[in-house]
Amino acid sequence: MDPLGNYKSIISARATDKRILKRAQDGGIVSAVFIYGLENNLLDGAVVASKEKNFKPVPKVATTPEEVLEAAGTKYTVSPNLSVLKSAIREYSCEKIGVVGTPCQIISTRKALKYPLGFRHLVDKIALLVGIFCMENFPYMGMKIIVEELCGVRLEDVVKMDIGKGKFWVYTKWGEVKSVKLKMTHPYEQSSCHVCTDYTAELADISTGSVGSPDGWSTVIIRNHRGEEIINNMIEEGYLETRPIDEGKFGLGILKKLALTKKEKNMKEIEHRKKLGLPVPPDVCGLLQ
Amino acid sequence: MEDKKITVAHVQLSSCCGCLISLADTYEKFPDILSSIDLVYCQTLMDAREIPEADVILVEGSVCLEDHHALEVAREVREKGKTVVALGACAALGCVTRFSKGGQMPKPVHGSFSSLTEIIRCDLAIPGCPPSPELIVEVITAIIRGDKEYLKPFIRYGECKHESCGCDLIVNVINKSLCMGCGICSASCPTRAIEMIDGRPLISPHLCVKCGVCSFQCPRIEI
Ligand SMILES: Cc1cc2nc3c(=O)[nH]c(=O)nc-3n(C[C@H](O)[C@H](O)[C@H](O)COP(=O)(O)OP(=O)(O)OC[C@H]3O[C@@H](n4cnc5c(N)ncnc54)[C@H](O)[C@@H]3O)c2cc1C
Ligand code: SF4
Ligand code: SF4
Ligand code: SF4
Repeated sequence: MDPLGNYKSIISARATDKRILKRAQDGGIVSAVFIYGLENNLLDGAVVASKEKNFKPVPKVATTPEEVLEAAGTKYTVSPNLSVLKSAIREYSCEKIGVVGTPCQIISTRKALKYPLGFRHLVDKIALLVGIFCMENFPYMGMKIIVEELCGVRLEDVVKMDIGKGKFWVYTKWGEVKSVKLKMTHPYEQSSCHVCTDYTAELADISTGSVGSPDGWSTVIIRNHRGEEIINNMIEEGYLETRPIDEGKFGLGILKKLALTKKEKNMKEIEHRKKLGLPVPPDVCGLLQ
Repeated sequence: MEDKKITVAHVQLSSCCGCLISLADTYEKFPDILSSIDLVYCQTLMDAREIPEADVILVEGSVCLEDHHALEVAREVREKGKTVVALGACAALGCVTRFSKGGQMPKPVHGSFSSLTEIIRCDLAIPGCPPSPELIVEVITAIIRGDKEYLKPFIRYGECKHESCGCDLIVNVINKSLCMGCGICSASCPTRAIEMIDGRPLISPHLCVKCGVCSFQCPRIEI
């Protein structure tokens, strides 16, 4: 089994629009896809993670490119994006919805599409699922401790956070850069992430993350026809520039390695919990494929 | 083809009729469904007095224990239906009728309501208040196709005889270190009883109608 799940192709890409690159986490793929969708009438709304003061994540239905841009950038804490899924149809009357989410959120969405018990008239309105790679997440107070106590920066001064090269990085509005070894952040991870075996959002239409591509670029996994069509059109119309994915150790190699590491590590935790007689998540990925 | 159509009956017990309305809310699909089945009994839509034998009997509503008629209908349904489906949360889990205590006119003694699954063996049970039109269509289609795989959760719900509540998320997901804060439970709740606070569902018990949707939709518990 491929640790990246099923896919059609993998590329490195980044947005060509400087406004997007300035605010995005990596190559701005997520924001570029949503803005392209909104501008070309493929989407009329996108479920995203916006934020308030002090990096408080706020799930939001973005209906304009400006709102998509406002929500760009990774929040290293739980943002219950799907909590606004019904509002997207009801209050915003969206008919073509894009959703961005961590792998677990993409799983939840696929389950809702297969069994839409509490979702009247939703199924045919979900137009695109964009997954972001995810190794783990932090509860809000966990993120706060990492930023304020481990990095010594006040949350209100932070403009960006990032994980890379074995460290958790914090950038302030004063131009400071602080970091802490990732190992130090492990105690603040949410424990429910430790039974999650999906690193690359295997059930999304398109999955993207930084791992496997140079700084400022994103790795993009195109998983199905729907994802392929939109990415190809974006490349053709100049919304995205691409380069071939590095097939070696620092490209696909590291991506597959991390995906596999997550599966193996968290399968161990699942087995451990089973031994203790604790419940574990059902194999939803299998159920939904 | 004509002789292959499955016969379906819809029977209403103590319920608001919302589940039938949800079924009818499938718009263009509703005629398709009606033409792919043979509807033999449905008091709201047609004039047939006796519940006939049928391949599938969809039962909506809970059972009032003070109402002999309701108990008889429940028994009759089990005898006449090859597949009995508890349609919607009142039949499947009790739902809002769990709060009934009687004392209302014109039948002040009608005060004890149990889910259909507690009274008779149900082959399938569908939670939800109401279950979405799309879900009902999927289930009926799966029954026609004999798709046991898709029906698995509903077979399990048919076997369970307990109530459901938003607070189940606390016990089964949050307390078990399984909640990762996706928020789908919150979006699925028909009464907006679930608010996401610090990445976890916060349930307002006074808004919860015990429909079971949130737990069903959570990807972290087996359904
Ligand atoms: C908790 C977490 C862990 C991650 N771990 C990895 C990793 O190990 N390796 C890796 O390569 N990439 C990881 N990523 C993904 C990476 O940080 C970028 O989000 C991704 O590359 C997209 O960047 P972009 O420039 O294309 O998107 P942008 O244009 O910047 O858009 C990012 C989009 O993600 C949404 N978003 C931000 N935070 C959240 C959140 N917490 N929950 C849901 N949606 C959110 C925003 O609303 C925005 O629409 C992680 C992301 C998160 C949220
Ligand atoms: S590790 Fe898994 S459960 Fe945790 S946030 Fe990421 S995708 Fe969700
Ligand atoms: S919290 Fe909402 S979805 Fe959950 S059982 Fe109660 S009413 Fe139903
Ligand atoms: S659906 Fe389940 S995992 Fe998602 S927020 Fe609700 S309880 Fe948590």
